[in-house]
Amino acid sequence: MKAALFVPCYVDAFFPEVGIATLELLERLGVDVAYPLDQTCCGQPMGNSGCRDDAKATEALFVKNFGGFDYVVSPSGSCTHHVREHLTSIPQTKAVKQVRERTYELVEFVHDVLNVREFPWAEFPHTVGLHNGCASLRALRTAKMSEIAEPAFSKPLDLLSKVRGIRFAKPARPDECCGFGGTFSVFEEPVSAKMGYDKVSDHHKAGAEYIVSADMSCLMHQKGCAERLGLPIKFIHIAQILNGTRE
Amino acid sequence: MKRIDHSEASSKFIKATDHLDFHDKRLWDLRQKRDRESGALPEWEALRSLASAIKEHTLTHLSQYLEEFERNAVKNGATVHWATDAAEHNQVVYDILRSRGARTLVKAKSMLTDECEMRPFLTNRGIEVMETDLGERIQQLDDEPPSHIVVPAVHKLRGDVARVFADTLGTDRKNSDVHYLAESQRRHTRPYFLKADAGMTGANFAVAETGSVVVCTNEGNADLSVHLPNLYIACIGIEKIIPRIEHLGVFVRMLSRSALGSPITQLTSHFRAPRKGTQMHIVLVDNGRAERLGMADFWYSLKCIRCGACMNTCPVYRRSGGLSYGATYSGPIGVIIDPTFNLRKYSALPFASTLNGSCTHVCPVKINIHEQIYKWREVIAARHQLPFVKQEAMRVAGKVLSSPKLYRAAVETTGAGIEHLPRFMMYNKLNAWGRQREVPTAPPYTFRQWYLKNRADRGKK
Amino acid sequence: MSSRDEILARVRRNQPAAVALPSLPVFAQPAGPAIERFKAGVTRMGGKVVDPPADGIEALVERLFPDAKVIASAATEVRGNRALAKAQPADLADVDVGIVRALFGVAETGSVWLTDRQFGVDSLGFLAQHLVVLLDPTRIVGSLHDAYRDAGAFDARYGVFMTGPSATADIEGILIHGAQGVRSLTVVLAAP
Repeated sequence: MKAALFVPCYVDAFFPEVGIATLELLERLGVDVAYPLDQTCCGQPMGNSGCRDDAKATEALFVKNFGGFDYVVSPSGSCTHHVREHLTSIPQTKAVKQVRERTYELVEFVHDVLNVREFPWAEFPHTVGLHNGCASLRALRTAKMSEIAEPAFSKPLDLLSKVRGIRFAKPARPDECCGFGGTFSVFEEPVSAKMGYDKVSDHHKAGAEYIVSADMSCLMHQKGCAERLGLPIKFIHIAQILNGTRE
Repeated sequence: MKRIDHSEASSKFIKATDHLDFHDKRLWDLRQKRDRESGALPEWEALRSLASAIKEHTLTHLSQYLEEFERNAVKNGATVHWATDAAEHNQVVYDILRSRGARTLVKAKSMLTDECEMRPFLTNRGIEVMETDLGERIQQLDDEPPSHIVVPAVHKLRGDVARVFADTLGTDRKNSDVHYLAESQRRHTRPYFLKADAGMTGANFAVAETGSVVVCTNEGNADLSVHLPNLYIACIGIEKIIPRIEHLGVFVRMLSRSALGSPITQLTSHFRAPRKGTQMHIVLVDNGRAERLGMADFWYSLKCIRCGACMNTCPVYRRSGGLSYGATYSGPIGVIIDPTFNLRKYSALPFASTLNGSCTHVCPVKINIHEQIYKWREVIAARHQLPFVKQEAMRVAGKVLSSPKLYRAAVETTGAGIEHLPRFMMYNKLNAWGRQREVPTAPPYTFRQWYLKNRADRGKK
Repeated sequence: MSSRDEILARVRRNQPAAVALPSLPVFAQPAGPAIERFKAGVTRMGGKVVDPPADGIEALVERLFPDAKVIASAATEVRGNRALAKAQPADLADVDVGIVRALFGVAETGSVWLTDRQFGVDSLGFLAQHLVVLLDPTRIVGSLHDAYRDAGAFDARYGVFMTGPSATADIEGILIHGAQGVRSLTVVLAAP
């Protein structure tokens, strides 16, 4: 089983530690991981802006880089959702369809494909607020969303709950969107910032020392908000906790 | 036609912190009440699927059901009119009033009449129109459109209402007790009900099987509007048709639970035929609905039963207020309907969304709202209605992100200068991200650089 | 071409591919006697439910509304002091208490079903300051599905499910009873 690691552009540029933790975690779990060196981006910024023409070349490059693997794994729910649902500006050849359906978000991959629940090397003796980004939650369905009357389930919680020492804070609005929304964060900045402020304040009030998520894009926005507000709250990607980061 | 600037309007809304706080909390509370109701019915998700399927069936057979509805309405003694657009709707209504010498009209809430801008049309022709729904009345007196389709004045605090009523109804400006204000409106409106020449309602549902008009209110103002005057006009969008009475068992169960988190509205009124010696007129209105029916990606929006659940759950709507959308229909449903009324004017609205999808999953008729929002963005980009700045940014992004070399050049230098820039250069009006957030600090290496240093022995592609 | 023809033609042209009409399943009812669920429903929506007193409905009305001057009854078994037979809708503006008999109730929501025949004069249910509704306790159906399954009950010129009194929360979400219609609704569980 050969997997390719897809590192989102903003992780590559701003949060390489998340990519590193993802790679190390997958290696620890016995996965043969390749990292296509010419990868760039999934095309979501253009796709989400409706700019199909501008997305074409980036999408084609993605398929070129990630063709031929059994799995493409990414520490990003929103990028994974984009590849699976919206990589549609280019002709849908067999190769394109294959890459699209083989792309997995990290939690999905570890939980559903590798079927792992225990991470004996992990210890995180802190109170964390779990943030399920909207793409992970509602599009990839990694946990029950509050909107739907269905039995409770949570893949990220399944993975985190056995980590030694971890405690969970309970924010008042656990699955309200945090307001990142890609280019929304810039073009609708007033509402975006307000949503971010509300989100981090909610977690802080609930006692979270860290906010953990499978989506670094959400955390990047929340971190920016928390720092401006002066809230003593830290941000960490789920890959880092599962990989054994202590703080 | 000037593009509505939702972001600018939202900025003003957010600055009024007391109003913003109340607005957000009140609508989130309605969302939570909805959750309690939906959680209490084991068949909730089955009902959503049923409601969606009944609506899709009806819409795909709409001409047949419209004709059946008309046949039965006429059999009941109602007169049925058809209006292709807003202008014709207003003219038809005016002609009905004029033919009966009607000068005063009391009306229940109808988003359709707001959509058609009926009130100013009638007022300019000497008809006195009184909104009787408390929220709509407040807005009418304040010369402001409704901001929410179920709770029209949700953006106002009691002090605002006290001011409006003091200026228009002569109430005590210093008394903002809500009971006092509601009682004042009740007493003020009563004489109008008793004297009005005509009454008007919209329709939540129009039943083809019986020609019945079903109106759901909590106040009872629809009933008062119909039972007192000798002339009743029901204005109905053609998408409100449902096939049979038994289907009300699905829709009435879902409407108020979705809208307000109560099992049913206080009054669920079924108007079928006029009282002896009075007239009942029904105006069936198209105004772009038939056109929308033919839009493969967007016709599902016609399933809407106007519950407002999407507005209550939308984190953007709650923090910007309905008026910031500049249209009769705001919030998520507005975002996917309004571009059909005017693409350019409403071209920014589909971007007033994070695509989080909450709206889609609270919608009682399973409209795929967030997916339609995504599709509208593609339409707007394809028709060159994006703001120039965004268009250019995407063009440049498309070039950089499709070239490994250009991409690497961009990210590998992103860090280089940033930490040395003085704050005033990083954080200024041009950097929207930095207005209320700190910018991420650039790390000493990118992931790729780390990988080449630490895993290069793997001989990868 | 008339507007009607134009609209119908446009609709026909644009109708998407047919979707089948689903049949309505019968959903299981929650546990517990319908009468208890009905009472809880009425109370939750701001109404009251009482058993018929030994001394009769008129006496009950006097007790509940001691200051009431005008009492109009459309229920044959209860006397009021305002005749309805020839009343015009607006004549009932001064009615303090209206008395009607409902055809049936709905346990799921705490609703009572009334038609133009039950009201005598339609406006009675809305101009009266207070409404007293007589309901046979054996005529309570389980859910709105049950109610709407019998299309015949909806033959009336006008019908309404009343659930508690008139209400609004349009100002700051504060609940008000007696928004435009009746200020109170009392259901008396009396067989006819």
